Amino acid sequence: MPITRTDVEKIAELARLELTDAEADSFTSQLGAILGYIDQLNELDTADVPPMSHCATTADAAEARRDDVVQPSLGQQVATANAPDAEAGYFRVPKVIGG
Amino acid sequence: MNIRDLTIQSLRARIAAREVSAGEVCRAALAQIEKLADLNAFITVTTDAALERAARIDDLAQKGDELPPLAGTIIGVKDNMVLRNVRTTAGSRILFNYKPPYTATALARLEEAGALIIGKTNLDEFAMGSSTENSAYGAVKNPWNVDYVPGGSSGGSAVAVAAGMAMAALGSDTGGSIRQPASLAGVVGLKPTYGRVSRYGLIAFGSSLDQIGPLANRVEDAAAVLNVIAGHDVNDSTSANQPATDYVAALAGDVKGLRVGVPREYYGEGLDDEVRAQVEAAIDKLKGLGAEIVDMSLPHTKYAVPVYYLIATAEASSNLARFDGVRYGFRAEDARTLKQMYSRTRDEGFGAEVKRRIMLGTYALSAGYYDAYYGKAQKVRSLIERDFRNAFAACDVIATPTAPTPAFKLGEKADDPLAMYLSDIYTITANLAGVPGISLPCGLSAAGLPIGVQLIGRHFDEARLLCAAHNLEQALGASLRPPIISHA
Repeated sequence: MPITRTDVEKIAELARLELTDAEADSFTSQLGAILGYIDQLNELDTADVPPMSHCATTADAAEARRDDVVQPSLGQQVATANAPDAEAGYFRVPKVIGG
Repeated sequence: MNIRDLTIQSLRARIAAREVSAGEVCRAALAQIEKLADLNAFITVTTDAALERAARIDDLAQKGDELPPLAGTIIGVKDNMVLRNVRTTAGSRILFNYKPPYTATALARLEEAGALIIGKTNLDEFAMGSSTENSAYGAVKNPWNVDYVPGGSSGGSAVAVAAGMAMAALGSDTGGSIRQPASLAGVVGLKPTYGRVSRYGLIAFGSSLDQIGPLANRVEDAAAVLNVIAGHDVNDSTSANQPATDYVAALAGDVKGLRVGVPREYYGEGLDDEVRAQVEAAIDKLKGLGAEIVDMSLPHTKYAVPVYYLIATAEASSNLARFDGVRYGFRAEDARTLKQMYSRTRDEGFGAEVKRRIMLGTYALSAGYYDAYYGKAQKVRSLIERDFRNAFAACDVIATPTAPTPAFKLGEKADDPLAMYLSDIYTITANLAGVPGISLPCGLSAAGLPIGVQLIGRHFDEARLLCAAHNLEQALGASLRPPIISHA
């Protein structure tokens, strides 16, 4: 099923990207070509194949656990130092509702 | 002084013997960075910090104290790894002014080992690309011919080493981003096993695929850097508990009786004839050293690129959700609502390739498409991993080309994302399976561009992999140097 301009606009909304018209046009054709290439995966019958979400090489869940003890952290001042707009240790943003 | 002549171990010995000072080597590297600034290998050069650390190494040498293992090693680090209070951009406009409050584990280990971090190297934005053209700070040029790309996404790291600006560099490899630029720029590049090196402080792209590793002039130096950065880290729950071995000591072995698999799927359509000839010649060298060459198959290879571009983009769409103009970096002006601020910040802050991948990943994860795309890709990933497990029952390492062609021209694939993606066709499989891979230079094309051969090993078998690569490197002879620095 080819991807449409409407699909692209919907995905952009989900991904919080305010695309220009030109971007939406080029992504429609480029994503269509890429998805067409990806469709070759359907040649394979994977009904009995388990999904692989991570490499089996890594520490298992039991090993990766640690005691739930409070550790030193950055603190408010350092954590907000890179913010485009911060005040009194808080991040300031435009209004969330009523816009 | 030519930085490319120095090995990590020989430099340490010469500093200890007071034949050369770390400060002198550091100044030579800084001069080279300045002289070849047009290659655009670095985004930030940390001159003062490097010289200060060099002075500390020279103080130790003067006092006759034992020097740490990487004493005086000049290192460039890809600008997607955070270094405290040093601007870290990930090659993106969205992080144009970000000064991290902490240091990545791999970089902290380098500094503790006496290495001199000389700067942050240029990259494709968020490590997404195969040419280092997708950087908000300008494209990187290949020192072998400045009309050509150096590969990517760790192009700045590869060029820093190739052009004698650093003795080694760190890159990150999600689908070939260490090995492919190493191949195109004529240096050694190692992607360790997934989990071998801590990812703490690496700006995440595809978290089930990302791995930090070294680029260097020779296998021995890559092993020396891996010795320092490998090992478990409590700050990365995916870092492996497996003990790291002494990878430099492992180089002393030979390859007699080593079974080298040659998978036929890597030598088919799309492989450049010159690359094929040079890689086959390298395999003949291994045979001459006593290795046994095994014809074999990795049957699901052709599905690796489509699987990768679903899994990596799905993970990226999630990882990059954090860049929203609230906590750090760029924020679009004049937005009236929070949602508008997010959407405009991200549209203005990200480049085209990053947006394309966020879109693809969001689509693959979205309701109604998840099973058909992301779920399907995870299943085929299992088949690719199974191919490698089966293969390693019959061979010890696998030999392939690193990239299907030598370097391509700047701009040549810029408008064709799919063609760009296919330049990673031989490197992506190792990331999907989690196994280690190394690229080393094996010759030049008629046009004078480097060609790389890739060796792939078993999970956590870097010792054997590096030993095989070292033996092959010795048999191939002296490393090749770009004409731009050969008279330095």
